[in-house]
Amino acid sequence: MADTVSSPDVRTILDVGGYRTALEWTARRAEAFVIPLAALVVGMVLFSLFVLAVGKSPVQLYETMWRGGFGSWFSIQNSLSRSAPLLLAALCVALPARLGLVVIGGEGAIVLGGVAAAAIGVALNGAPSFLVILLMGVGGAAAGGIWIGVVGALRHYRAVNETISSLLMAYIAIALMNHLVEGPLRDPASLNKPSTQPLADIYRVGNIPGMEVHWGLVVGIIACVLSWLLIEKTRWGFAARIAGGNVRAAQVQGLAVGPLIVGFTALAGGFAGLAGMLEIAAVQGSANGSLAAGYGYTGILVAFLARHNPLAIIPVAILLGGIDASGGLIQRRMDLPDATVLVLQGMLFIVILFSETFYGRFKLFNPDLWQRPDFLRGNV
Amino acid sequence: METTDIGLWGVPLAMLGGAIRVSTPFIFVSLGEAITERSGRINLGLEGTLVFGAMSAYAVAVMTGSPWLGLLAAALAGLCFGLFHGWICKFPKVNDIAIGIALMLFGTGLAFFFGKPFIQPSAPDLPAIPFGAWSDIPQVQAALNVNVLFLIGGALAVFLWWAFRNTHIGLIVRVVGDSADAARAMGLNPNTVRLLATGVGGALAGIGGAYLSLYYPGSWTERISSGQGLMAVALVIFARWNPLGCFAAALLFGGAGALGPALQSVGVTQGYYLFYAAPYILTLIIMIATSSPSRTLAGAPGELSITK
Repeated sequence: MADTVSSPDVRTILDVGGYRTALEWTARRAEAFVIPLAALVVGMVLFSLFVLAVGKSPVQLYETMWRGGFGSWFSIQNSLSRSAPLLLAALCVALPARLGLVVIGGEGAIVLGGVAAAAIGVALNGAPSFLVILLMGVGGAAAGGIWIGVVGALRHYRAVNETISSLLMAYIAIALMNHLVEGPLRDPASLNKPSTQPLADIYRVGNIPGMEVHWGLVVGIIACVLSWLLIEKTRWGFAARIAGGNVRAAQVQGLAVGPLIVGFTALAGGFAGLAGMLEIAAVQGSANGSLAAGYGYTGILVAFLARHNPLAIIPVAILLGGIDASGGLIQRRMDLPDATVLVLQGMLFIVILFSETFYGRFKLFNPDLWQRPDFLRGNV
Repeated sequence: METTDIGLWGVPLAMLGGAIRVSTPFIFVSLGEAITERSGRINLGLEGTLVFGAMSAYAVAVMTGSPWLGLLAAALAGLCFGLFHGWICKFPKVNDIAIGIALMLFGTGLAFFFGKPFIQPSAPDLPAIPFGAWSDIPQVQAALNVNVLFLIGGALAVFLWWAFRNTHIGLIVRVVGDSADAARAMGLNPNTVRLLATGVGGALAGIGGAYLSLYYPGSWTERISSGQGLMAVALVIFARWNPLGCFAAALLFGGAGALGPALQSVGVTQGYYLFYAAPYILTLIIMIATSSPSRTLAGAPGELSITK
């Protein structure tokens, strides 16, 4: 660190048994935990005021939310099941964000990944189950990857704004799904809710042994860990962070920014496509309108709450999965609309974005600004 | 209504009528966004403002029986959303695009929350002027039944086009949008100008929402808007921040949006859902065609983050 070089003498005097170093180490990292947590608390307090204003008890609401999300083994399993697609949908936002891109159309990749997986599962009926499930995963990821990869390519090669184009692509994807599910891929037996033909049971993704939670949770967590390794420990991740900081500097360094952007966005879309495949193979059993359940949009919130750190996405996705899961209970017990959860999510989102302004403002988190003892002041 | 058989002429006629009907929210949202973007900020939250405007207009119209009070409520609600965006974005490191996304989710959530009791009752409509009364053909009458808001939107586009060029306020907004430093040198506070510009933009988007729930489609549901607020943002870029261009582009988008229903009205049902994607595909193609990696867009405000 720069200050260690500039004032080694001060450091030696103060560094009694590494105590000061440990303190500084903690202080520098504490900011990334304290500010988001404080923002979370402030967001919840503001939401309490909102709940009070509509004449309900915030205490009862948070209690219900806790019970619906994490209060029992049953509700914990429910929350974990919901967090599985959120993990992957959040990666669809977090990976491009490392390159400075704001991609918000993950919903489209989820939907198309699901439809592609369902089509593959039905077409290959009769083949060995491990092969079909593998191909469904690959197909779903490919569909999502191409969809978001195109967004990245348009951004780099045509300078098309990725935020708007990805959302437009999501609407196009949903229209495409409706077309396929109501037309060419429709199962004639599905009358009320147009769907593709149901997957045979052997092609369904099952539950983790001992839990009522499907394997998608494990897939999502592995994807988050791998994404973290990719960003923090590989040269591609390093290159992406440079390009995200300054595209010109990256190009001057000879980095191939174009392939980097397309690769990262395609990978991000691939994860979202995988989320769609898992929704089909583990939850729905066939592709239908339920694929557009809004996981892609909640995923945006998860990624921003986690500040685009793939490891932080894991706890945040579980938290928001729990909030999502408690929506039904809040509606029944407290006679509040199901959109209550959306209001809370929106408030948390705004407060978290606002909290960005506090980074680097607090002396506490910056040991360089800590007051030095008076007797040393002249020497440094 | 009794229909006269006019064959395939029904398609362009239905598209013309549809363009006029569907384009009105686009006109208001895009004019509002043009004002905001000219001041150097981008508000992606107008989608949420549109939905909240639709809900509040409908709710107030149901309760008071007056669609005009509903319209006023929508404009006020939109103003609040816009002012909030404008206020929060003045803080350092707060990203206007990300706040827009958050407000999009928040506005929709809030609209669904308060709108639940208003899904059933019916509200009075905003009035329309029957320009097609001279004709005996019902389809012509239907197509030329023009809502007053469409006319107000057209007049507003002309006024804004004139005002950006010829008024003191128009000049101030443009200076702030092109260079915050130049504006400060002139003694202007960029944050205040942007606050007001985003507020006005929000109010116009709220009016666009009122049109959705009080005229076409004319009821409040949770699926009332499907990205119109966001397409309008893309449309402003396509229109090069020119209010007259916004008006023309809105008509084009309205026509594309009316393609699906128009084809269905003459019995084309094949690929029905694909036609619903027409406006999105059109927006995307236009964005691809008009963007360029090597030059900045002509007429783009210098401070706008989306074009950098």
